[in-house]
Amino acid sequence: MESSAHSPALGQVQTSRLLASGLGWRRRSVNIVMTALIAGAFVLAMLPLFSLVFEVAKRGIPGLSAEFFTSDARGVVGGGGAAHAIVGTLVITGVAAVISVPIGIMAAIYLNEYGAGRLRRALTFFVDVMTGIPSIVAGLFAYALFELFLGPGIRLGVMGSLALSVLMIPIVIRSAEEVLKIVPNHLREAAYALGTPKWKTITKVVLPTAFAGLVTGVMIAVARIVGETAPLLVTTGVVDSMNTNPFQGRMQNLAVYAYNEYRSPGVMKQASYDKAWAAALTLIAIVMILNIAARFVYRRYKTEIR
Amino acid sequence: MLGAATKRKTAEERQGTMSDSSAVTATSTGPVTAAGRPAKTIEARGVNLFYGDFQAVEDVSITIEPNKVTALIGSSGCGKTTFLRSLNRMHELTPGASVKGEITLDGEDIYGAGVDPVAVRRLIGMVFQQPNPFPTMSIYDNVAAGFNLNAKKISKVQKDVAVERSLRGAHLWEEVKDRLDKPGGGLSGGQQQRLCIARAIAVEPEVLLMDEPCSALDPVATLAIEDLIGELKSRYTIVIVTHNMQQAARASDVTAFFNIEETGKPGRLVEAGPTEEIFTKPTKQETEDYVSGRFG
Repeated sequence: MESSAHSPALGQVQTSRLLASGLGWRRRSVNIVMTALIAGAFVLAMLPLFSLVFEVAKRGIPGLSAEFFTSDARGVVGGGGAAHAIVGTLVITGVAAVISVPIGIMAAIYLNEYGAGRLRRALTFFVDVMTGIPSIVAGLFAYALFELFLGPGIRLGVMGSLALSVLMIPIVIRSAEEVLKIVPNHLREAAYALGTPKWKTITKVVLPTAFAGLVTGVMIAVARIVGETAPLLVTTGVVDSMNTNPFQGRMQNLAVYAYNEYRSPGVMKQASYDKAWAAALTLIAIVMILNIAARFVYRRYKTEIR
Repeated sequence: MLGAATKRKTAEERQGTMSDSSAVTATSTGPVTAAGRPAKTIEARGVNLFYGDFQAVEDVSITIEPNKVTALIGSSGCGKTTFLRSLNRMHELTPGASVKGEITLDGEDIYGAGVDPVAVRRLIGMVFQQPNPFPTMSIYDNVAAGFNLNAKKISKVQKDVAVERSLRGAHLWEEVKDRLDKPGGGLSGGQQQRLCIARAIAVEPEVLLMDEPCSALDPVATLAIEDLIGELKSRYTIVIVTHNMQQAARASDVTAFFNIEETGKPGRLVEAGPTEEIFTKPTKQETEDYVSGRFG
């Protein structure tokens, strides 16, 4: 058998069998059809995204001006800017991140490094449930909580932050957990073998190794909540003037601002619509910047793990 | 008992070696002398190791002598790595793992009540199969990790001395002395493994456990590590797990042969003795079959 493997006769028989099967033609046409289907599905999925970005840019750019970024809308009819909404968005989201990041990352550390058995499974389940909480429910929760102490009708920036935290914490936990999971176990063992206590192994070996992934996860989580509208409508309220103190008074933000300019445009309808679109465009820009920054941080600081 | 007492003792010993090590490092790149520091004896008595309900190792009793290299050989899954990991209490890190029996370090029970596993691991260092330098740390910080991670308060000068002594001890100094601040992950596999050995010996353990330290390395790097092991035994008690029988024959003084009857059964220690005897005239037929290559 082996000796005849190179004989020309056998070689010819095999070649002709390959050609005669007809499989090649059928397989190739199936391949072409499937490739076309998959590419078509991709284009279909991308179409709304591109059309959305294009439309928002087209309608939003006319509303952008120096005034839009520098002045609030206090006591002006039709004019004014959205500086108070931009600042409000940054403050509310920033405070939400300050609340959510430590809780989320510590919870993820618990789940990945300490948790075991039933408790761990139950907690993971509830984190999943939390991911699915409708955002308005988070808003009502924050409102109800503050109403207990400060009376009905209360509106504060920090209430919005709390509502956003309810939405953000599970996202942070989930992404941090994934990142901690890929820190190889042999690094933990290397630390243990040197006589390192567990908490130091986590703070000095596991977290630094996962740093880039953790930062990226946090930025993506912020990008997810920065455009929330419903929970902020019921917690931070609607206001025309600049407010930088999350613990006092109403605070405007971009999403609610856009909604409000569109819902009640006042006498100069077109100017209000333009500003609503401009606010939407600004929001998209913030989300995009956050995503790009997340990618940059990941590329720059990621740890090479073998 | 062992926790506090031994911790204090190692600190004193470290002080001692620290003060004279500058002379050692300045004069020699070769074998580090024992410096009057006796290595320790490990005794295992009736050790049974479990993963949950599964028994991985059954009734192992062995005396591991100081200043000798003891090789644990045997086929895959025979429990030799599990046994090795029980010697510095790494076994119990696996969820569900448990230990029965007694393991002593110079007479002190390392599984005794009140003994902190962290204290045990500071005395019994370990080198792993896969080189695992900390990827976020520089070469210098990797070697100094034992001090940094354990908040050992030693001066920068002492740390510099310890890092150089350890890197020289691991035969890596000449290759990395100009790039101590570069990440340890940038080294070759063999260099990384020597870095891990330097990291393990930096904290001056009394015993060094090595779990197939050469299995991820090429033959040249393997020989370098084996030479290194031969030198390190003047200072430490060394236990090495290996799949490679030539390596056991080359690098060890004592060989312990582990075997299992069949998959799912626990591993047993078949026999242990001077390496030459195990390889030339073993007392058991099983050992004979294994070392002559008729089996496994």
